[in-house]
Amino acid sequence: MILSTVIQQLLEGMITSIEIFLLTLLFSLPLGLAVAGGRMSRFRPLRWLMKLYISIMRGTPLMLQLIVVFFAPYYLFGISLSTEYRFISVIIAFTINYAAYFAEIYRGGIESINSGQYEAAQVLGYSKLETFFIIIMPQVVKVILPSVTNEVITLVKDTSLSFVIAIPEMFTVAKQIAAADASIAALLVAGLFYYVFNILVAFVMEHIEHRLDYYE
Amino acid sequence: MSLLEIKNLKKSFDDNVVLKDISLSVEKGEVLAIIGPSGSGKSTLLRCITGLEEEDSGVIDFDGTFGLVFQNFNLFPHHSVMKNITNAPIRVQKRKKDEVFDHARELLRKMGLEDKEDAYPCELSGGQQQRVSIARALAMNPDILFFDEPTSALDPELTGEILTVIKDLAREHMTMVIVTHEMAFARNVADTIIFMDEGVIVEEGSPDEVFSSDNQRMKDFLGKFYD
Repeated sequence: MILSTVIQQLLEGMITSIEIFLLTLLFSLPLGLAVAGGRMSRFRPLRWLMKLYISIMRGTPLMLQLIVVFFAPYYLFGISLSTEYRFISVIIAFTINYAAYFAEIYRGGIESINSGQYEAAQVLGYSKLETFFIIIMPQVVKVILPSVTNEVITLVKDTSLSFVIAIPEMFTVAKQIAAADASIAALLVAGLFYYVFNILVAFVMEHIEHRLDYYE
Repeated sequence: MSLLEIKNLKKSFDDNVVLKDISLSVEKGEVLAIIGPSGSGKSTLLRCITGLEEEDSGVIDFDGTFGLVFQNFNLFPHHSVMKNITNAPIRVQKRKKDEVFDHARELLRKMGLEDKEDAYPCELSGGQQQRVSIARALAMNPDILFFDEPTSALDPELTGEILTVIKDLAREHMTMVIVTHEMAFARNVADTIIFMDEGVIVEEGSPDEVFSSDNQRMKDFLGKFYD
C-alpha cells in the first residue's frame, strides 16, 4: 500500500486519538482538583476513600482499567453494551485514571504554598474560596506546570492503549494496516504522529511556563 | 472605653501553656510595644487578637478593622505591588476602584515607593517588601495596626527604614501594637511597653517605668540587651 493511502486511513484514527486526549484533559484536570480536595479534607472517611481511589488508579495497569470500565456494565448489571459506550468507556477510564495522578500533583503544589499566604489573605478579609482561587491556585499552577506537562505527554502516548477495547484510534488502525500489509510502515507513521503531537504539547506548555515567569 | 480590651486570655498548644492569663487594653492613638524573650508568647498573643489562632478562654473585645504586618511580609508574589495593595479594598471592602488606587498611590508615596507600583515583590529588597506590606495593611483603613516582629527578617540597614516608617505613623496617631526585639526603638516610639515572659505580663507601663524596673526578670532581659 502506498504511503498516502496509509496516511489517509490513519487520519480518522488520528482524530479519534486527539478526541480522547482532549476530552480526558477536559474532565480529569477539574476532577483531579476535586479528588485532591477530598484527599486533603479534614473529614477522615473522605480522605481515606480518596487515598484508596488514588492508590488503585496508580497501582493497577491502565490497560486493565480500560477493560474493566468497558465490561463492568455488562457483568455487573447485565446491560448490553452499545457502540457509543465503547468510546464513552475509554473517556471514563482515562479520566478517572488521570484525575488520580493530577490529584497528587495538585496536592503537592497546594502543600508547597507557605501558610503565610493563607494568613495574609485571611487578615485581609478574603473568603476561603477567594483565597483559594485568587491567592493560592495561581501560585500552585506555576509550581506544578512541569509535572503536569509530564502527565500530558504520557497521556498522548497512553491514548494508544484504547486498542484493547478496539477503539479505532490511531494505534488500533495502524496495527490493523501493518497486519494486513505485512509491513511496519503504518506503525512508523503512527510513531511519527505521537512524536510530533508531543513536540507540539511541549511547545505549548513551555510557552505557558514562560508566561508565568514574570515572578519568582 | 478602650479601642481594644483583652481579659484573662489563655492559650495552650497541647501541654504547652503559651498564654497564662493576659489582660491588657489599648486606647485610640496609643502605641503599645510588646517585648520579651523568644517563646514568651508575644507572637501568639498577636495571633489570637488577629484571629489567626483561637484562644482557649478569655475575652477579646475589639470592634473595628485591623491590619497585620508579618515578620516575613507575606506579600502575594504573583500580584504586582499595586494589586497587592488594592485587591482587598476593592474585592473585600467593595470600595470604588478610583478611590482605592488614589489611596494606594498616596500610601506608596509615603513609603517612598512611588516608582514601584508595577514591580513584583521578588524585584524588591526586604525593606521595600515590608513597606509594601505596611501599605497593604494601611490601605484597608484599619483602626489598629499590628506588627509581628516587622524587622526580624531584615538586616540592620533595612531595619532602619521600617522603624522610620512606623515612627512616622506614630506621629500621625495611628493606633499600633508592635511585637518587637528592637529595644531602643520600643523605648523611643511606644507610649506603653509590655514585657512578657513565659506567658504572663511581667511588667507594664511607660517606657521609662519599664526600663527602670526593679523586677529581676526584666533586669536580666535588659541586661542582655545593654551588654
